Amino acid sequence: MTNRTKFTRRTFGRAVAGATLLSAPMPLRYGFAQSPANLKVALLLPTSGGQAQIGQACRRGAEVANLVLADMKLPVKLEVVNYDTETKPDVARTQAEKAIEAGAHVLVGAFDSGQTIAIAQVAEQKGVPLIVNIAAAPPITESGYKFIVRNFPTAPMLINGAFALHKEIFAAAKTTPKTAVLLSLNDTFGTAMMGGIKALLPKANMPYEIIETISYDAAAKDLSVEVAKAKATKADMLMPVCRLNDAKLMIQELVKQRWEPMIVMNPGSPGLYEQDFLKTMGKYGEFHISNVPWLDPKSAMTGSLEKHHLEKFPKDQLDLNGGFTFEAMLIAAQAWLSAKSTKPDALMAALKGLKIDQHVMIGGPIQFDAKGQNVGIVAAAIQNIKRKPSVVMPKASAEAELVFPMPGWNDKRRV
Amino acid sequence: MTQDFVLSLAQAVAKGLLTGMVYGLMALGLSVIFGVMRVVNFAHGEMMVVGMYLAWAAFEYGQINPLFSLPVIALIFFGLGYALQRGLIQPFINRPEHQQFLLLLAVATLIVNGCLAIVGPDSLGIQLDSQFDSYELGPFVFDAVRVHAAVAAIVISLLLWLFFTRTRIGKAIRAAADNHMGALVVGLDVRRLYAITFGIGAACVGAAGALMITIVPVTPFLAAEYTLLAFVIVIVGGLGSMSGALLGGLLIGVSEAVAGLLGQPSLKSMFSFGLLIVVLLLRPQGLLGRKDSR
Repeated sequence: MTNRTKFTRRTFGRAVAGATLLSAPMPLRYGFAQSPANLKVALLLPTSGGQAQIGQACRRGAEVANLVLADMKLPVKLEVVNYDTETKPDVARTQAEKAIEAGAHVLVGAFDSGQTIAIAQVAEQKGVPLIVNIAAAPPITESGYKFIVRNFPTAPMLINGAFALHKEIFAAAKTTPKTAVLLSLNDTFGTAMMGGIKALLPKANMPYEIIETISYDAAAKDLSVEVAKAKATKADMLMPVCRLNDAKLMIQELVKQRWEPMIVMNPGSPGLYEQDFLKTMGKYGEFHISNVPWLDPKSAMTGSLEKHHLEKFPKDQLDLNGGFTFEAMLIAAQAWLSAKSTKPDALMAALKGLKIDQHVMIGGPIQFDAKGQNVGIVAAAIQNIKRKPSVVMPKASAEAELVFPMPGWNDKRRV
Repeated sequence: MTQDFVLSLAQAVAKGLLTGMVYGLMALGLSVIFGVMRVVNFAHGEMMVVGMYLAWAAFEYGQINPLFSLPVIALIFFGLGYALQRGLIQPFINRPEHQQFLLLLAVATLIVNGCLAIVGPDSLGIQLDSQFDSYELGPFVFDAVRVHAAVAAIVISLLLWLFFTRTRIGKAIRAAADNHMGALVVGLDVRRLYAITFGIGAACVGAAGALMITIVPVTPFLAAEYTLLAFVIVIVGGLGSMSGALLGGLLIGVSEAVAGLLGQPSLKSMFSFGLLIVVLLLRPQGLLGRKDSR
């Protein structure tokens, strides 16, 4: 029989290991505590096809999520499994089914409204929570789905936010355009935006009139006719509702057709602030304004996200795509911490009851209403200055001076 | 009608003509192959996409402007087309049309999947300084890239016309197209002439691809769209007619541009297909086609 009280080398080794663990720095302890993963998250994004660059920008936000959560001392680890929707709603639906069959506890996606609606139908059928990172079409939270929350403004929220910012911008610049032309793609998002703008403009008492609305196919390879038609209206302002590739085509045509409106200002759509847009458009990408939700430079969590994003992806810009996708991961993590379960009903109940004060995007706490919509998101005016999207409005968050009207295509201020 | 509107209309027509020249060049290859061999190349758009990828690769890895890589791409395509005809298509020349159709559809599927496997599904474009340039002529503004592409398309079409009308091989090809049996009787090597024809058709497509990459980015999924567009153009112009292909290209280019100006631009394809239906109803052989081309 061995003497159990004897202090052996093995006992000594265990004691040293235990002491090391206890005295380890906090992040290391969180690292240990987080393994293995607590929650399996299926991230559904268009990482190939027409929206590939934006889908990949979203994915980068998710890829640093565990590091930021550890920085924020949240004792949770997510297993993020990526699924490519190929920029097609039918593929998005198939991938969502595949993700659920593979045991995903939560779905996150999918940047595009059409693809998100396809995923939402699957999530609802299978009873698995879906956290929408980016998608603005109102039906997503207006269709009575029980397993969906959206941490992104609806098209009317984006538009109302944009209208309010427009007035602030005109007042600050002491210059007001009298006419505008709306140039919009005709997919689910674009149609929702066009409908919303037409419905909300009369109530918003805006100082300008939309004298023409021109729509184009989402897969357009050439926007010369569309831009020519917009130019012919001689409008003071161009309001594009676009995505990345069409934003590039549009600005190329503006330059080629030598049309210099007072400003190119989108009423809440992607395209103009994207890294690939800024890179390929060069000086012609400068001074365009986007009215979109943006990262809060004053949040500690934003600082951590920026740090890890820069470390992992030094060549890529962190923008709202990465920001909102990270926040979707944060929401999933907080829901698991609150539910202490991976069961769909428990997670959904936790999601509906969440109140997250500390997050990365400008706005109030993340909270969802009865329909699953976060109504506390605030829009900002982002202007491209020195190849960087910079907050110029609201004044409280401004990091650069507003330039309005935008300088001409050959102006010396474009470098 | 206001002066502004007339100006916009004229501008749209000019832009449509420029784009139409490239469309015409693209359809020329299809028309030449059908006119001589009576084989419909259902892999036409797919070959064009390969041409776009080659021009993209030359620019991306060698910084070669597509206008300069165009002759090399056309030469490569001629060789590939020649080999494809001799190795794969020749045995199908006298077989039923549905077999030719299935063969070329299989080739098309292989090309698209090959592109997907090699370069992936993302759209790839090139960035030239001229993509932001334009030429001003009085009140008109012309897109520099389209002007360059249209001029190149005109030059290639002229060279092709000279080849078919001034060279012995060109004349022999036309003779074989007009009377296959007669050509065999007088001792022409019709198999070789067919292979050269397919090579020329492929070279036209490759050249059109090199020009098109300066206007639109490329993805493998563009192929079906271009095949359909080429068919619309040659059917409107007249299947088998070189001048018909050029005219069809111009008409489709102009109809898209004007339709976009007069109606909603997103509906512009509707006008091309509307034009196709009108031509099929009123002149089924196409505007410059012969009745036996049907």
